[in-house]
Order: sequence, then C-alpha cells, then structure tokens
Amino acid sequence: MTGKLVLENLKNRPLRSLLSILLIGVPVTLILTLVGLTQGMLTEAQNRQRGIGADIVILGSGVTTVTSLSGTTIPARMADKVQEQPHVKLAMGVLNHRVELLLALTGLDLAKFNQMTGGFTYDQGGPLQGPDDILVDTLYAEEHHVQVGQTIKLMNHDWHVVGVIEPGKLARLAVQMRTLQELDAATGMVGQIYVTVDSPANLNLVVAELRSLLQNHPVNTMAEYTAMYNVNQIPAIKPFTVVVAAIGVVIGVTVVWLSMYMVVLQRTREIGILKALGASKTFILGIILAEATLLGAGGTVLGIVFSYGAQWLIRTLVPASFQMAIAYDWWPRVAAVTLAAAILGALYPGLSAARQDPIEALAYE
Amino acid sequence: MNNGAIIETRDLRKVYRIGQVDVPALRGVDLCVPPGEFLSVVGPSGSGKSTLFHIIGGLTPPTAGEVKVGGQNLAALSDAGRTKLRRRTVGFVFQKFNLLPNLTARDNIAVARHIAGLGTHPDAQFDEVLRLLGIAGRLDHKPNALSGGEQQRVAIARAIVNHPAILLADEPTGNLDSENSKAVLEVLRDLNQRLGQTILMITHNPEAAAYGHNTLHMRDGRIVDRTSSAG
Repeated sequence: MTGKLVLENLKNRPLRSLLSILLIGVPVTLILTLVGLTQGMLTEAQNRQRGIGADIVILGSGVTTVTSLSGTTIPARMADKVQEQPHVKLAMGVLNHRVELLLALTGLDLAKFNQMTGGFTYDQGGPLQGPDDILVDTLYAEEHHVQVGQTIKLMNHDWHVVGVIEPGKLARLAVQMRTLQELDAATGMVGQIYVTVDSPANLNLVVAELRSLLQNHPVNTMAEYTAMYNVNQIPAIKPFTVVVAAIGVVIGVTVVWLSMYMVVLQRTREIGILKALGASKTFILGIILAEATLLGAGGTVLGIVFSYGAQWLIRTLVPASFQMAIAYDWWPRVAAVTLAAAILGALYPGLSAARQDPIEALAYE
Repeated sequence: MNNGAIIETRDLRKVYRIGQVDVPALRGVDLCVPPGEFLSVVGPSGSGKSTLFHIIGGLTPPTAGEVKVGGQNLAALSDAGRTKLRRRTVGFVFQKFNLLPNLTARDNIAVARHIAGLGTHPDAQFDEVLRLLGIAGRLDHKPNALSGGEQQRVAIARAIVNHPAILLADEPTGNLDSENSKAVLEVLRDLNQRLGQTILMITHNPEAAAYGHNTLHMRDGRIVDRTSSAG
C-alpha cells in the first residue's frame, strides 16, 4: 500500500517528477562521462602500445607517468647500443610531441617500425616518403576532415598527408623521426625505445641486463608499461573525478531537497489526513524517503542512459580527440551515491512532514 | 467516572496559545456518552465543538481535566499513544471529505486498514457496509470522479473500516446539498441502528441534529444544554 501511495503521488505530478529525475540524472551523466572518458582514453592508449608488439619499453630519464612522455632525454644512439645486447631482436627509438591535450605527433623510423609491428594498415594512400609527409589515423581524418593529398599545419609546420592509417599501432599522427627531431630541437634524441626480444623466455634476462646498462632510464616490460595507463598513476585525474562527483552529490541533494520540500508543502493536507488515520511519524517519513529514493533511482537510470548518449556524441563529433568507454563498474557506485544523496535531501522535508500537527495540517488550504 | 460509558470527560479544558495570548477553547466540559449513542453537537462557531472532537479523537491533548475514550485515559497518552488510538478506536469524517486525491475510493479505504496494521482488504462483513453506503459500484474511481455525496460516503466507509468504537463526524453534511445531506445522515443513522456504531456528529443544521438520539448544545467552551430528539 505504501508503494502504491508513493507511485500514485509521483504519477500525480508527472512534470515535477520528471524534472527532478532529469536534474538528478544530469550530474550522474557528468560523473559517468568523466569516468568513461578516462577509462576509454587510457584503454585506447594501452591498446596502441600493445599494438606495437614490443616486449620492453625504455623511457626517458625522469619519466614516471605516461602523461610525461613528450620529453626527449634518450640519445638515439642508445637504441643502437640496446640492439647489440644479447637476445635483443630489435630496438626502435621514437619521439613524441604533444599537439593537442591528448594527441601526440610521433616521429619514427618507418623501416624499423614496419619490422617490429608489421607496418600500418593503410585506409588511403601509402607510407611516408618525404621529410614533410605525415600519416593520420582514420579517427583524426574523420574529425578534421582530412584526406590524402591535403596539407595540414601542426607545430607551425606544413605537413603533406600521404596516408590515412587504421588506429591501434603506436601513433595517431606519424612523421619522419628526423624532421620531428629538428622541429623539436632534439637532433639525435628520442623519447622512448621499444625493444623486442628473441624469445619470451629471455624477457626477464634482457630486462635485467638493460636495467643494469641504463641505470638512469626506467626499463619496463610491456605489461608493466601498459599498467602505467591507470587512473591511479595519472596525477589529478582522481581528485578531479572526486570533485565532479562531489558537485554531483551537492546538486542531487539540493534538487531532492527542493523537490521534496515542495511535495511536503503541496501535500500538507494529505499528511494531515494520514495522521488523522493514525499514521505514525515513521510512516510519513517513510513515504517521503521512498518517493525520494524512487526519484534517485530514476535519476540514476536516466544518467546511465544519457551516458550512452554522451558516448555517441563524442564518437560522432570528436572521435580523434576523445574516446569514451561505458563505465559499467561505476554504475553501482553512482547508484549508491545518488540514492544516498536523495535520502539525505529528503530527510529534512520528511522529518518536518512527520512532525506536522494533524489539526493544522487538516486546516491547510 | 462511569465505567459503562465509552466517552467520559470531567472538567475538560483546552487553552490554545496564539502569539502571546492564551485563548481558552474548552472551559470545563463534563460529558458521558454510552456505547451505541448517536449524539449531535451543536453550537455557534468558537463554542468549542471541534476542539472537543479533536481531544476525543486524539488529535490534540487536553490542557487539563480528564478524558477517557474506550477506557483509555487520553490525558496520560503520549503523541505515539494518541496516534495508536486514531488507528482503531476512533474514525473521523470531515466536512471536506478529506479523501486522498491520488488514490481510488477502494485504496482510500485500504490505506486506513494498512495504517492500522490490518492488511489492505476489509473483512467479509464490510461488503454489507458498502452496500448500505451505496458505493459498492464506485470503488474504483478517484475522488475527482465522485460526487460530493459519494465522496462523503467513501469517507464514512474509510472511517469505520477498522470497526472503531467511536465515529466522529465533523459537519459531515456541511458541503452537501440537501439530497446528499439526507442520504449521508440516513447512512449514519443506519450504521448506528444496525451496527450499534457510537456516533458523535457536529452540525449547524437543526434538521441534521435531529437524526441523533440526543443533542449537546455548546457555547463559549461549555456544554450549556443536552436535549433529547425524541422529546
């Protein structure tokens, strides 16, 4: 009966109910979109690293997180020295230069790259030939409406687009290593060295050798390296998520508080009727909290649905700049936080309803 | 106090504080109502009729004096105790019907059962009461689809679904035309005669008051007369 009472109350004021659900759903969407973007972009970056097929990654000195890979602190000749080590099949230096917040231009030696990875898959055009040639991936081409034969300006330099490649192997934008070194004033330097070994059985042995040889440079297996693409390893992401979630909670609490405060005002007389029938304070409070919980649950579901919408929008409008995953693992957390916010928001209006004097409530017009 | 009475009050007083001013609403009411009586209460506005009902119905505590309803001393009851009293011992019928607008007539009746902890379905004998009230075919309608007379009969059904010892009707015909007023008053008289339901009814209408066995006359917070309808 309580359920029916609550449902009928919600149905009786559909606009208020829907607006409340919408306003609760928006911060839920914000949280899920932020988390989904973080997860999506990290997974995409991990997949591109794994797509190289390397076994070991040597980073520049002082590099501790994957967000600080733009430095060029490794002499390129070190790749040749690594190449000479026992059980090393191939060592390839690459150079990154960030051109957008989360997009880098990668300088590489295409012959070595082909040898290590099997080469890019070309959607249009072909490999790098001249010093100012550039390859862009299909996502970049789609977002920026770029085709083979066009010239694009990056790093204040004109690049000639010679190929559109499938994403998934190291680079989103690939250029000749030497050109990028010159533009970066880093001639003879690279940012990372990717290494393949002759047999998986020798991986640990090679890692140990390289760590001993290159004491100033972090040497990681590919598994260790891709594990660095983790929310906990990237500065500011976690606090930023917490701040957004906290703002969401504040919005949720306020929306529910206002909504339920209005409900209690509008239903003063009905509360009086229930009290005249012998409804206890707990019963009245329970109705208000149950209604708020349903609004919270509705907001959570709507927020989840909207997060799919956000993913579609991101895929459609900015596929190269952002990748968003659906953060399934966050659904229970968001639901718990939203329901807690809804209950918190409904507590004061609920308690004031429960405390109402039945005679005054019955006289309310 | 008389042990056979279902309602007894002695020197019952109630003072409301409005701002800085104490306003006496009841100034010493002595009342004794035996079970099965249909008692009308008349008097001008401000005479204390509604306050007397609110105290007997457990909606507000008295300021002083004694009041016993169904053997329970209401002056000694806490707010929670009075809430329990309202579940099963008294039933209210109001001038403005006071049905829950979002629920059907059936659910309005069911909610009273639910609050009393008796489930949601009325007992088998209640079908007879619904026939007596003439609303058996209107139970699946919401209040806005019912006439005033039908709404008031649903309110009566809700008030007595838990078989309360006392039915308190506060101007039950105040919002009804003469035809519906007569129908509601006859229903109350039938309930009293057939089921032995004790009824206290506030009214301004002498014709309505005549449906009761006796009529209490109140003025300035006191009972000033008690007359018998038969006389």
